[in-house]
Amino acid sequence: MLKKLALTLALLSAPLAAFAEGEVNVYSSRQEQLIKPILDKFTAASGIKVNLVSGKDDALIERLKLEGENSPADILITADAGRLSRAKDLGLSQTVESEILKTSIPENLRDPENQWFGLTYRARPIFYVKEKIKPEDLSTYADLADPKWKGKICVRSSDNIYNQSILASMIASQGAEAATKWAEGLVQNFARPPEGGDRDQLKAAAAGLCDLAISNTYYYGQMLAGEAAEDKAAAEKVAIFWPDQGDQGRGTHINVSGATVTKAAKNKENAVKLLEYLVGDEAQAWYAEHNQEYPVKTTVPASSLLKGWGDFKADSINLSELGKHNAEAVKIMDTVGWK
Amino acid sequence: MEIKNFVWRALLLCMALLTALPILAVFAYVFVPSAEVWEHLAATVLSDYLLNTLYLSLGVGIGVLLLGVPLAWLCSMCEFPGRAWFEWLLLLPLAMPAYIIAYTYTGMLDFAGPVQTSLRELTGWGYGDYWFPNIRSLTGAILMLALVLFPYVYLLARAAFLEQSICVLEVSRTLGCNQWQSFFRVALPLARPAIITGLSLALMETLADFGTVQYFGVTTFTTGIFRTWYGLGDHAAASQLAALLMSFVFILLLLEQASRRRARYYHSSSKYAQIKRIPLKAWQAWWAVFFCSLTLLLGFIVPVTQLTSWSIANWRTQIDSSFLTLIQHSLGLAMAAAVFALILALILGYGKRLSPSPLVSLAARLASMGYAIPGTVIAIGVLIPFAWLDTQLNYLSQSLFNSKLGLLFSGSLFILLFAYNVRFLAVSLQTVEAGLGKIKPTLDNAGRSLGLSPSAVLWKLHMPLMKGSLLTAILLVFVDVLKELPATLILRPFNFNTLAVRTYELASDERLAEAGLPALMIVATGIIPVILLSRSISRSRAGGSL
Repeated sequence: MLKKLALTLALLSAPLAAFAEGEVNVYSSRQEQLIKPILDKFTAASGIKVNLVSGKDDALIERLKLEGENSPADILITADAGRLSRAKDLGLSQTVESEILKTSIPENLRDPENQWFGLTYRARPIFYVKEKIKPEDLSTYADLADPKWKGKICVRSSDNIYNQSILASMIASQGAEAATKWAEGLVQNFARPPEGGDRDQLKAAAAGLCDLAISNTYYYGQMLAGEAAEDKAAAEKVAIFWPDQGDQGRGTHINVSGATVTKAAKNKENAVKLLEYLVGDEAQAWYAEHNQEYPVKTTVPASSLLKGWGDFKADSINLSELGKHNAEAVKIMDTVGWK
Repeated sequence: MEIKNFVWRALLLCMALLTALPILAVFAYVFVPSAEVWEHLAATVLSDYLLNTLYLSLGVGIGVLLLGVPLAWLCSMCEFPGRAWFEWLLLLPLAMPAYIIAYTYTGMLDFAGPVQTSLRELTGWGYGDYWFPNIRSLTGAILMLALVLFPYVYLLARAAFLEQSICVLEVSRTLGCNQWQSFFRVALPLARPAIITGLSLALMETLADFGTVQYFGVTTFTTGIFRTWYGLGDHAAASQLAALLMSFVFILLLLEQASRRRARYYHSSSKYAQIKRIPLKAWQAWWAVFFCSLTLLLGFIVPVTQLTSWSIANWRTQIDSSFLTLIQHSLGLAMAAAVFALILALILGYGKRLSPSPLVSLAARLASMGYAIPGTVIAIGVLIPFAWLDTQLNYLSQSLFNSKLGLLFSGSLFILLFAYNVRFLAVSLQTVEAGLGKIKPTLDNAGRSLGLSPSAVLWKLHMPLMKGSLLTAILLVFVDVLKELPATLILRPFNFNTLAVRTYELASDERLAEAGLPALMIVATGIIPVILLSRSISRSRAGGSL
């Protein structure tokens, strides 16, 4: 019994260590294994210790909100822009004036008022089965709602933020009515009711269940570069098509993983140092190599695998629009029966 | 003497209120208007949420009864080859979190998985040429949940069968019942409270499940709450959905209580003797072996094999210095939470016995509702009051001492342990109550008339008598906390990870194979208490070998 008590006390006192002077406290929806190594590098380079809690974006934002001005968090990292602008709307973030951040990150990948900053970006293009579909037959996202694709498209559930964001970008550029029509047509063309994640859509396409799939690029990259032979074989059966290209096109939908300095930050100075480190050459290259994402810093090259997919024109909409239209996107999805 | 009872009662009400605080915090939103979102929900998805939740609960309920009760009877009252092994092996699925069994079966049976792929290679069929059950469906979710939740019914039913006085069964035989009649007419009705307790635990787990249904794309109340809260950004409507869910649970609990109000289930005789197991004849015995092995195979061996093969392929990337820390954190948290939950359950359970009144039993019911509520809802519900408290404390210390305390409650493991208690109190409370329920009230009276205080009766008489139930309570909560994910994810302090968190992070990034090793470790760690549990119940058999 005494032992148990001692253990309990030890456990309870553990978190108090996280309040030391000068340390940066991070709430991250980017999972531990994909962020810890780079934080450790930062600590090694700067001598500033970083403490981490990882979790789901929405829940972390909720925690931040409830903790209010006493929140220990200095930085919030999320895996999509919609959440960052939600944090901003809730008054949880603050403006950061940093020349390094401004010059390293293109304008559309950061908040207009410099409250949040993209750290890496990923595209959500169309994937097609090489044996069955000629890329000439593909053109735009809008075209996916055309009846000619009936029963041919695999997409995951609308619970997923990436789908909510792509529809939000549609609402932002073409209005709610057009977006509803598009979602309606797309649902008609589903090969099956949505199930599984992005990788599952690619695998299903490779296995012959559908001809087209929508997925984030890094999932495809990880399947190609990973160790599992069957994943690799499946990924090799499909190829990327970059939709909405050309002078008239609005570009392929992209999203960022990014970060914001919280309003409650106790160590703003060191927090900004960490952000600046994350857009530095070393960190950017590490992300590109390890998670198959595109670096936001244009002078840092993408991984050789990503370069092999060719250049594309990305949607230049400011990503803060995604957060604004998220609730409307979910309502549209409910209405058209996108499960 | 009355004063002591009063103290117990006050303590009980305070405890219950504190535990119910997060639930009430969510209920507080009920009065915030959100008509527009409700209209939208009612017009589009609400009927799906309702029906799917209903079918899921019905399916899982029938499934756990059909598996749990016959298996418990076979293993406690019959004799067939391998019975002694099956007796504890059948508890192993308890160590398997539902979301993890869902990952493994999906990995195997998915369209692009090895089973269907080799089927297509063998036959040359393509998509649409053949029918194959879709694991990612309502039926799939029912199967997954039933396979890992039936041990609750099995566990409690077996304990009930084992504890039944041999006299009752002997009398039923002398009155002309044959073996099967004495099962259906005597043993089963006598074990009903235990079976219903097991069933309600399984159903509450089902209602609170998020991982499995979300992974399978089945839209239930739980997924609906999340979607409304985060996707639609409407906290009021989400809380109202949660409150509606809680009302169902509350009604369920009241019905359960009402169903046993009229009857009492004490052992009226203390003559215990070794029960002679019914030896099964050849074909019966083989059926029993087949039934037991099939359940064990599907609920445990197959998923563990899949996890093991994933682990072997990926162990290099997963084993690092932090892996041991993950295991330590998981074990420490689970142990601490289990002890806390037991203490709380003893206070509530015994207080209720001392002064039974509608108010007291309502408070106890309210406090144990957390079991049916999704972990995320509880986490937010716990954060609301404690973050408020922390803000006030900091305000106070700022004005008094001009320094801040930081987040004493909401920023430490305290809040996590508290949330576990809210979530899992039902498990320990029901087990403790079941244990207390079997002790005749005359024993209390005897103890008290010999000069023992109420606490001394609990400490000196009841606790030794229900050692088995206490251990069961600790171990059940231990395993539950080990598997718990959403509250841990939201509430844990800095630099503190557990096995469940690691598993989830990898799986949510669609790296199932890499999640294999941490998942396997959760299962392996959970097996140890499960085996201990089984042994303690076997030993608790009335009149069994001492």
